[in-house]
Amino acid sequence: MTVVRTWHARRRARERLLESLLMLAALVSVAVTVAIVYVLVAESMAFFDSVGFAEFVADSQWTPLFEDAHYGIGVLLSATLTCTAVALAVALPVGGWIAIYLSEFASPAIRDIAKPLLELLGAVPTIVYGYFALMFVTPLLRYLIPGLPGFNLLSAGIVMGIMIIPYVSSLSEDAMRAVPMALREASCAMGASRLQTALGVVVPSAAAGIASACVLAVSRAMGETMIVAIAAGSQARLGYDPTESAATLTSYIVQVALGDVDQGGIAYRTVFVAGLALMLLTLTMNVASHVLRQRFLRASVR
Amino acid sequence: MVVERRQRDAASASPRLKAAVRDLSFYYDRQRALSDVALPIREHRVTALIGPSGCGKTTLLRCFNRMHDLYPGNRCTGELRLYPDDIDLLSRDVDPIAVRMRIAMVFQKPNPFPRSVYENVAYGLRVRGMRSRVVLDERVEQALRSAALWDEVKDRLDAPGASLSGGQQQRLCIARALATDPEMVLFDEPTAALDPVATSNIEQLISELRSTVTIVIVTHNMQQAARVSDDTAYMYLGRVVEFGTTDEIFIRPRMKQTEDYITGRFG
Repeated sequence: MTVVRTWHARRRARERLLESLLMLAALVSVAVTVAIVYVLVAESMAFFDSVGFAEFVADSQWTPLFEDAHYGIGVLLSATLTCTAVALAVALPVGGWIAIYLSEFASPAIRDIAKPLLELLGAVPTIVYGYFALMFVTPLLRYLIPGLPGFNLLSAGIVMGIMIIPYVSSLSEDAMRAVPMALREASCAMGASRLQTALGVVVPSAAAGIASACVLAVSRAMGETMIVAIAAGSQARLGYDPTESAATLTSYIVQVALGDVDQGGIAYRTVFVAGLALMLLTLTMNVASHVLRQRFLRASVR
Repeated sequence: MVVERRQRDAASASPRLKAAVRDLSFYYDRQRALSDVALPIREHRVTALIGPSGCGKTTLLRCFNRMHDLYPGNRCTGELRLYPDDIDLLSRDVDPIAVRMRIAMVFQKPNPFPRSVYENVAYGLRVRGMRSRVVLDERVEQALRSAALWDEVKDRLDAPGASLSGGQQQRLCIARALATDPEMVLFDEPTAALDPVATSNIEQLISELRSTVTIVIVTHNMQQAARVSDDTAYMYLGRVVEFGTTDEIFIRPRMKQTEDYITGRFG
């Protein structure tokens, strides 16, 4: 009897130990997230002790490393948004058409080959993309656009767009394939061609999924660092002209993190402020996509 | 009621053919789904296809608008003649889209597009390149009236099609099919997903539509076939076992098997 009892007790203790280990593993990831946010916020608070929030939002210059320091985050933001817009302008049409082709026209055999190939685009190291932008796309663009600087947002944005094509195409295709066959049949039975059916019925039905695919791609593009650090230049410049060279939020962080800036100084803290701004931006995107998705879902409820 | 029916049949015994199926065999890959089917479809009449599940009635119906072309691996032999122009709808030379422009279809489950009520009905017209707002407005209203839906939706033409009730959605699908003035409308068990009230509305609608279009309807419901159709084909294992006027089939079927099915002893 006692033997059985101790055996049970031992087993229970062992299970409890395992349980708490698993719990710990789960908590670590939460803790890391919380810690990151804490560090970002704490350093940013320290930053705002010496720089007014109004200046941070409204100043048209970003020169933390200069004698005459200015801290206008809008400068970095403008470059990030411009670059992202270029990327989306590339990825949305290309990725969208690929998704339509794969979902509505390609035979299963072609789809089975094309999809993994496309996803390879996402597996290319971003450093390779960065050099591809700088050494191949930029010279090509300079041939087409005379006077284009060697570092520019356009080239970085285009290559970033190529990088996120699989995000757009793969998730959009999943959404389109989830559209019930009955809707396609209904459209075809009305005398619509396959393309008319794809554009007129399948794409609107899959709008929620396509929108969320794009938002995911956008937040991925915003956080992309290597391509812009290599190909877009390091000059902080306010403006939305993609043919200029400019530093984005991420490329600024790289630039400072690699340089020899005093720890604890205000210039050092700008890195955390830029990081916080970037995080808020992606967070907003995700919330916006969620709201959008809910609205689409409610509209398509039968 | 039977007497009324007889009179109607006698008065309307116009044998003009709208379509004729001849020696039609159909295969899904290797598997034969239809064998040497022959069937006349009279103009401005309702022809019902009845029979147990898997007898090929839906397969036959979907031959009329070439729906099988949407899926690979199907094959068929034989003819499906459409009159008065006497073309073979199944011929490789005939564009399936051209066929579907003339022969509309209403499906088993209501399947409105994710668009407004108005745009659902206008879809076929837009596909045909119609842009004029005036013409579209007129045709949409006309189609919704023909589908006995106008009064219920005229104040919410911009509401999503999916916001209507099931029965209304099915009538919306009928309006959508009628908007382009088809010569034939194919109904694939149109009331299978509807409640009795909505079912009776649709049945009445089908009876009325006969004056303007030729109708072929697949149904599992024998009473429905008896109520709405003029001609009936009883199918079994991919063959048309018996074809005749609905009265003949339901009152004095020639084949024992047809009688067994209709009286519920089989199937």
